[in-house]
Amino acid sequence: MTGRLRPPEDPGGEEERLRAAMPPGEPGPTRDLPAGAPGARPPAAPSPAPPGAAPPPAPRPVLRPPRLPRWSLAALLTGSLAVGTAAGLICRLSSHLQWGLIAAAVFVAATFGLTARVEGRRRAADRLAALLVWACFAVAVLPLAALVGETVARGAPGVDGYFLTHSMNGVLSWQHGGGVYHALLGTLEQVLLASLLALPVGLLTAVYLVEYGRGRLAAVVTFFVDVMAGIPSIVAGLFVLSLWITILDLGYSGLAGSLALALLMTPIVVRSTEEMLRLVPNELREAALALGVPKWRTTLRVVLPTCAGGIATGVMLALARIAGETAPILLLVFGTNMINRDPFHGAQSSLPLYVYEQWSFGTEPAYERAWAAALVLIALVMLLNLLARALARWKGPRPGP
Amino acid sequence: MNATTQRHPGGASRRAARLGDRIFAGLAKGSGITLLLTMAAVAVFLTVRATLALREDEGNFLTTFEWRTGGEDPEFGIAVLLFGTAASSLIAMLLAVPVAVGIALFLTHYAPRRLAAPIAWLVDLLAAVPSIVYGLWGALYLVPRLTGCYEWLDGAFGWTGVLSYAGAPARSLMTVGILLAVMILPIVTSVTREVFRQTPRATQEAALALGATRWEVVRMTVLPFGRSGIVSASMLGLGRALGETMAVATVLSPSFLIHASLLDSGGGTFAQNIASQFKEADTAGRDALIASGLVLFLLTLLVNGAARLIIARRREYAGAAL
Repeated sequence: MTGRLRPPEDPGGEEERLRAAMPPGEPGPTRDLPAGAPGARPPAAPSPAPPGAAPPPAPRPVLRPPRLPRWSLAALLTGSLAVGTAAGLICRLSSHLQWGLIAAAVFVAATFGLTARVEGRRRAADRLAALLVWACFAVAVLPLAALVGETVARGAPGVDGYFLTHSMNGVLSWQHGGGVYHALLGTLEQVLLASLLALPVGLLTAVYLVEYGRGRLAAVVTFFVDVMAGIPSIVAGLFVLSLWITILDLGYSGLAGSLALALLMTPIVVRSTEEMLRLVPNELREAALALGVPKWRTTLRVVLPTCAGGIATGVMLALARIAGETAPILLLVFGTNMINRDPFHGAQSSLPLYVYEQWSFGTEPAYERAWAAALVLIALVMLLNLLARALARWKGPRPGP
Repeated sequence: MNATTQRHPGGASRRAARLGDRIFAGLAKGSGITLLLTMAAVAVFLTVRATLALREDEGNFLTTFEWRTGGEDPEFGIAVLLFGTAASSLIAMLLAVPVAVGIALFLTHYAPRRLAAPIAWLVDLLAAVPSIVYGLWGALYLVPRLTGCYEWLDGAFGWTGVLSYAGAPARSLMTVGILLAVMILPIVTSVTREVFRQTPRATQEAALALGATRWEVVRMTVLPFGRSGIVSASMLGLGRALGETMAVATVLSPSFLIHASLLDSGGGTFAQNIASQFKEADTAGRDALIASGLVLFLLTLLVNGAARLIIARRREYAGAAL
């Protein structure tokens, strides 16, 4: 293609940019020439032609705007790392974090400057944004990876058969040994009890909202499910405390903790079940009703089985959520070092509470136990999550044809 | 179909069906009402206990810098707790929301597709890590590593007063804010990501067709479309941060003083105060804690309510537009 992009008198940046990447005497179509490569004119060379000066020869037309070559970013990165290291060495900065930050700042500034020079301001802004987005990702990954890595590294040595099958009975805080059995048992029992309380109410409420809910009551229930979902766990604990222990004087027990956990679990179950029920196509309901099946049987035998996988996923996620709750357990179950199999009487323990207790002892053996128990807790929660996701993939609603 | 097995509309089966329907509908409605009653009970019990405590309070509940609940004339107030809760949550928001928006953009518009799905999955998984694990990590890993960083901040910005650092272990509101930021990052990211994903393709392609760069597409179509989504996601994150207990209780070294500097240890938050004072408190002391818990409840109610409102309005708008 031939043709002039701009009259040569135009001192605009566009033409200058085009020329920057295009050697004047080079024949053939121009392609992405490296800024510093032999044959290419250095980007700094051309200066805006003053209006009065003799017009330079007409530029060769190009189809593609000049681009920085791919390797230039790698080169810039190496260069900035070198600058960062040099700055760190010269100024005797002890923290390698500072070296890295200097290198990153130099890299971002140099990339922006160079891109603005060669490719134009808009492309430079684009590249800067891409860099920042990648940086956000890196910044987020660092602490989260450190969290998981640290827990595994410091917890894994402590987790063995002994740790999982023994309680803390008779083990003093500065002694080694002891285990997590009583806490694991407590967590499982409390979570089970909580789900026995929360599941019927949650599932039926969701059925009410989707299948029966009309008018004011449904709107009010929806609103309060949202409110309930926002209750901080410690407030749920305080409520059960004021009702169960202060007024009814029933004492600390696993059941009291389960009540608070159920309070936290119900809105999650309602929400996820509601969403799943709404995904069931109305044709299914109508087909069943047209065959004369009563509505309750339609709901139980047609609607619920259709979305059973999705509901189970929601329930698993809710279980994972409450298994990690500490605050209500701290207020209501109180914690003990002994194995208490009975969740209805007397203090129990639970995994999150165990971690907190061991942490607050502040001795090295106790820290080791805290990390090990944290690892067991994460493993439990992740297991529930993975199960939920596997279930969702296996039985979940698929987009229809 | 065989006539003998067919259900006839009428007779005994119809009555049974009607009865079943009535029972089932009643059960469903009943559990909805149970839920409402539970919420009402929460509000009533907390309010009753809180009023009992407030009647005994010798100080001003809103402005007293003290928490003395035992003995003859108890004196307690939430000034320090309110400041600590607000300060740490705001720090968390300031740190987490831009990064979360960045990650959401990364996942929807920048990451290679093969990388985006597993990372999104991983972020969701991290939202499930229990808060006590974050607390343990914050206290034993983050606190010692932040000391150097705070010394540098003190050197560079110590003259502001807000960022001066006296050199004690970094168990301060700033550390709590940083930890809370890490904790709310997954939830804010996943909500924001969902909103960005719903940006109409046609708008984005129109921008591209006009020659926009990727960043211009994001700036002109994705961000304006997702603005209310970002706001509501941050509000949800804020709700989480306000009510967070264990992570704060492990990291913060509490005191009933407000420091000018955010980097010096001390201060407190509602949830942390309840968790750490509870074991020593008698009934009156617990009532005082319940009063502070009620304030926290109202605070989260306000924040979550605002978030829901924005989401609901946006849903209507999106429904009309798509």
